[in-house]
Amino acid sequence: MTETDIQPTETVDARGSACPGPLMDLIGKIRAVEPGDVVLLLSDNEQSLTDVEEWTNEAGNELLAVEEEDDHYAFYVEKA
Amino acid sequence: MTDHIVILGGGTGGAVLANDLADRLDAELEADEVRVTLVNDGPDHVYKPVWLYVPFGEREPADGRRPLDELVDDRIDLRIDRVTDIDTDSQRLRMRDKTSLSYDYLVLATGSTLAPDEIPGLAEGGHDYYSESGAETLREELLSFTEGHIVLSVIGTPHMCPAAPLEFVFMADDWFRKRGLREDVEITYTYPIQRVHGNPHIAEWARPIMDDRDINVETFFNAESVDPEANRLTSMEGTDIDYDLLVGIPPHRGVDLVEEAGLGDSGWVEVDQHTLEAENADNVYAIGDTADTGAPNAGSVAHYQAGVVGRRLASDIRGRPATATYEGKTLCFVETGMDSASFVEFDYENPPSPVPPSEKIHWAKLAYNESYWLTARGLL
Repeated sequence: MTETDIQPTETVDARGSACPGPLMDLIGKIRAVEPGDVVLLLSDNEQSLTDVEEWTNEAGNELLAVEEEDDHYAFYVEKA
Repeated sequence: MTDHIVILGGGTGGAVLANDLADRLDAELEADEVRVTLVNDGPDHVYKPVWLYVPFGEREPADGRRPLDELVDDRIDLRIDRVTDIDTDSQRLRMRDKTSLSYDYLVLATGSTLAPDEIPGLAEGGHDYYSESGAETLREELLSFTEGHIVLSVIGTPHMCPAAPLEFVFMADDWFRKRGLREDVEITYTYPIQRVHGNPHIAEWARPIMDDRDINVETFFNAESVDPEANRLTSMEGTDIDYDLLVGIPPHRGVDLVEEAGLGDSGWVEVDQHTLEAENADNVYAIGDTADTGAPNAGSVAHYQAGVVGRRLASDIRGRPATATYEGKTLCFVETGMDSASFVEFDYENPPSPVPPSEKIHWAKLAYNESYWLTARGLL
């Protein structure tokens, strides 16, 4: 977990969504953006910690950073 | 003063709610203290679960269609029209014919629409059973299919009836086996995340059945495009699958009105998942697929939510605190073949635990599908 100054292209606020909502919201947004864009996913679901990394590895996108905030996680994903 | 409740959408949620209110607010309707209008953009009520059976020649689309005016109580004003704008500040709906309709309470039950055009080539190369026309076209393909590779691809969630993709491949497997064709038919199922269903408990139950029955599985498969000429499906993850018959569960969206009114993204209304009240407007509820609660897009959910909103509206009308809440109750039958099925019941707190498949549950599902019309009438 690191502090980051990455500027996301798009933000997906999936706080409050049950699994697999946050990952599906991220996939939907990645589908819509251009290669090189960065999507910030906000999720308060613990499962996202494994889901997001597994999927980004599978899809070849890059998980640039994960930040732990007070009540949620922030995932920065760059579309390949 | 007469309070006016407007229900937008005459599917399961809208029809059940209209009949619920006719019964619950009988005295107030009689005294002209309240009136209820149900607006639908067509004259028929459509029961979509019938479509799963159409490709296998077990049902006709007409089996799932009945005139709303035969289902909805006479005390409800039924208006066949299309709403073109929702103004939640002035609490007014604009209709296609430029007239307007004011409301004191609005319930959005507009349901899901299909968006196959979001995936290049899907409309041309894929088939579906999530529409009447799609189910009929797929039936023509399936009935003449004797060998080759059938691929069922779940393309995005949420989608209507989360169990239906599993049901389709289970039914197809059994249907081809019984006809002595299964050895010549390969079946592949793809799903967007790392398991075969969004709910981990259902996924854990379904996966061994798929393995036992030689149903190929591709997970982390998010269809990116379809090449109808090459019969090839390509995923965002870089996997290609060649098919002879592609059955796609298309991306779903709510209606544009919702986003245009600032009530939520992609046509799904942001609601409190317990009260079903819209987060971004007063005196607006959403039920069924339209309500972004995290509960499945299923008829049982719309049915139970309609009951909750009916009770809350009755409390509002009578000047009492509304205490009824939706706790995520969901019931689903899950076909595991042409003559066996399982059953799940769950809510926000209690996960599903599918029961062992049996012929009795299959017949219970078919019996419910026939008695559904009592549900639509508010009797069951």
